[in-house]
Amino acid sequence: MSALEKSFAMETANSPNHSPLNFAGSPINKTLSAEEKLETFRQMVRIRRFEQAALKNYQKDGTMGGFLHLYIGQESVAVGAASLMGDHDHMITAYRCHAHALAVGMNMNECMAELYGKATGCSKGKGGSMHFFAPDKNFWGGHGIVAGQTPLGLGLGYGLKYKGLEGCALCFLGDGAINQGAFHESLNIAALFGIPVVYIIENNGYSMGTSQKRSSAYKDCLAQRSEAYDMDWDVVNGEDFYEVRAKTHIAMERARKEHKPTILEIMTYRYYGHSVADANHKKYRSPEEIADYKKNHDPINLWRAKLLEEGVLTEESAKTIDTEAKQEATASTQFAEESPAPTIEDITNDVYWETDNNTEASQIGRHFFND
Amino acid sequence: MREIEYRDALNEAFDEELARDENVVLMGEEVAQYNGAYKVTRGLWDKWGDKRVVDTPISEAGFIGMGIGASMLGIRPVMELMFWSFHSVAFDQLVNNAACCRYMSGGLINVPIVMRGPANGGTNVGATHSHTPEGLFAAFPGLKVCSPATPADAKGMMKTAIRDNDPVYVMENTTLYGNMGEVPDPADGDFLIPLGKADIKREGSDISLIAHGASVLRCLEAADILANEHNIDAEVVDLRSIRPLDQDAIIESVKKTNRAVLVDESKPFCGVSAQITTLIQEYAFDYLDAPVKRVCTIDAPAIYSPHVEQDQLPNAKRIVAQVLTIA
Repeated sequence: MSALEKSFAMETANSPNHSPLNFAGSPINKTLSAEEKLETFRQMVRIRRFEQAALKNYQKDGTMGGFLHLYIGQESVAVGAASLMGDHDHMITAYRCHAHALAVGMNMNECMAELYGKATGCSKGKGGSMHFFAPDKNFWGGHGIVAGQTPLGLGLGYGLKYKGLEGCALCFLGDGAINQGAFHESLNIAALFGIPVVYIIENNGYSMGTSQKRSSAYKDCLAQRSEAYDMDWDVVNGEDFYEVRAKTHIAMERARKEHKPTILEIMTYRYYGHSVADANHKKYRSPEEIADYKKNHDPINLWRAKLLEEGVLTEESAKTIDTEAKQEATASTQFAEESPAPTIEDITNDVYWETDNNTEASQIGRHFFND
Repeated sequence: MREIEYRDALNEAFDEELARDENVVLMGEEVAQYNGAYKVTRGLWDKWGDKRVVDTPISEAGFIGMGIGASMLGIRPVMELMFWSFHSVAFDQLVNNAACCRYMSGGLINVPIVMRGPANGGTNVGATHSHTPEGLFAAFPGLKVCSPATPADAKGMMKTAIRDNDPVYVMENTTLYGNMGEVPDPADGDFLIPLGKADIKREGSDISLIAHGASVLRCLEAADILANEHNIDAEVVDLRSIRPLDQDAIIESVKKTNRAVLVDESKPFCGVSAQITTLIQEYAFDYLDAPVKRVCTIDAPAIYSPHVEQDQLPNAKRIVAQVLTIA
C-alpha cells in the first residue's frame, strides 16, 4: 500500500459505511453538493464542446495557425483538480492547456480569440494555443516546452511557502515529460526543500507517437520514480471523477499542511492525435483501442451516468447543459472571428514592464533594435 | 571617498536590498554557508539566515526555474550562476520562461529576477568555464543585460537590477572581484546607477574606444599608452549596460572623434561589438574618417594555456595595434 493509500485509509477510517475504494464516500466528495456536482459536469461538457468547436474552426479555412493539442478524453483530470482549488492554490501546465484554462474559470471568448490570434485573446494573441494565462485565477500557463513548466510549478510552491500562505501548486505534465532533466531536478528540490507542490502526470499513454513502453525504462509505473526522491506518490484512475478528487485532495492537503510534495499519476486517454497535425495517431495505436476508450472509458459519459444514478442529473438537464455548451462555443467562435487582430505596433508591447508603463527608466537607453 | 573591493560592493548591494525588500532572496550553489565560491555573498547567510540566503543543489534548470516561478508570485530572487558559463544547462529556463512569459501572457505576468555571476576568460580554466554570453542573452527581447567594470558601477547597477520588474542578467568578472574602487558611503544615501546609461571613463578627442566589463580597463591601459607613446588622445566609453543600450553616448562620442575601435571580450561573430558596429554605420556614417575596427577575443574556444590565453583576449597591446591601423 502506498503512503497515499494509507493516508486515504486513515481518512476514511471514521466512515464505517465506506471502504477505502469507495471514493464517493471520501470526505472531500461527501461534502460536494448537488449543484457543485452539476457544475463539474457542466465544466467537462463545456471543455469538450469548446475543443470540438476549436477543431472545426481550425480545419475550416486555415485562418487559425500553429498547433492545436486537444484534451478531449481527459476532461475529468483538469476539472477534478480545479474543483479542489482554494484562494491560495495555483495551477500550471504544459501545452495541452485549454481545459485547465476553462476549468479555472477563463471564458470561452478569450480562449477562442487567443486561438484565432486576436487582440481580445487572453494573451492578446501573443501566446496561442499552448500559452493561455490567467494570473487573476491563479493559472500560470500554458507552457510549450516539455517539462519546462515543472521548475516553475516548484517556484509557485516556493513562493507560497516563502509568504507563509497555506496553499499548494498543482503542476501538470504529460507522461512524455517525466524523462526530462528539469523535472527530476525539480523533484529533488521539491522534496529537499519541502515545497508544497503536487506534480500531476496526466498519463495518456503516448508521448506524441511513442508509447510509454518505448520511452520509459521502468515500465509499470511512472509516479513510482518519486521514491528515489523520498516523495509520496499514487496512481489514479482518471475516468473516475470521485477518485481524481479524492486522491488529489489528499496530495493537496499534504502539500498545504505538511509542505510535502507528491506525484500523482492519473491514467487517462486522448482521443485525438498529439496535435491536430499528428497524422499518425491511428498508426501508433489501434482504431480498436481508441474506440474502446470512447465507448467504455469516456470520463464525461461515466460522470454523467453516475450523476443520473444519484438523481443529481436528469436526461433533460444533461441535454440542456450540452446545448448551452455548444451555444457558448458557437458564440465564442463568432466573437473570435469578429474581434480585431493585434496591430504591428502591438508586436513590441508586453516585452518590458518599463517600456509598457512608459517610466522614466524606459527613456534611458535603447530597448529595441528595429529598423 | 572610501575605496572597497568589487566583490564587497556587490555584497553591500545585496545587503541593502535584503534589508529594503523582504521579497528579495539570494539563491545559488554555495552562496550561503560556503559564503560564495568567490566570496561575493560572504557573511550574508550569517546575517540573514536560511530564508533569505539559500544554498541550492547543483541543479541550474531546477533552481533557476524555481526562482522564475516564485518571481511570478512577487518574490525577487537574485540567483547566482557560479560561472555564467553554466547557463547552458538552464537555457530553456533563461530564454523561454524568463524572457518570454511576460510577452506570451500579453503582459499579465512579470518575472522580476536577477541572474548574476562571473562571465569572463583569462583564468586558465578552459573553454567550458570561460564563456562571455552577454551578447547572446542581449539578443533575447525581454531580457536586460549589463556588465559593470568598476566597484561603484557593480553596486549601483546591481541595486537597480534587483528593483527592476523584468529579468536582468548581470555579468560580473572573477578578475575584477578583487579590484578596489571608490564607492559612495551608504550613509550618504541610496546609490543607484540606471541601466541603459553609458559612462565616459576617459575623455578624449582622437578616437573612441567602446567597451564593457573588464575590456574597459584594458581600454584605459591602452589609452595611456596611446597618449604617452603615440600622442593619440583616446576616449573610453564604458557601455555598462548592453540592453538597454546607450546608443546616444556611442554616437555622440564617434561624432566627436570620427574614429572607433570596439573592444569586446565576447567573440567577433554576432557579438556585442557587431551590433555596435551596425549602429555606428547607420547613425554616424558621415562622421567616420576610417572604418570601424574591433578587438575581440580571438575566434576560437577559450584556450587553456596560461602562455597564450591573455593574447587570445582583448588586451592593451592588441588595442594599441588596432588603433594604430586607423589613427
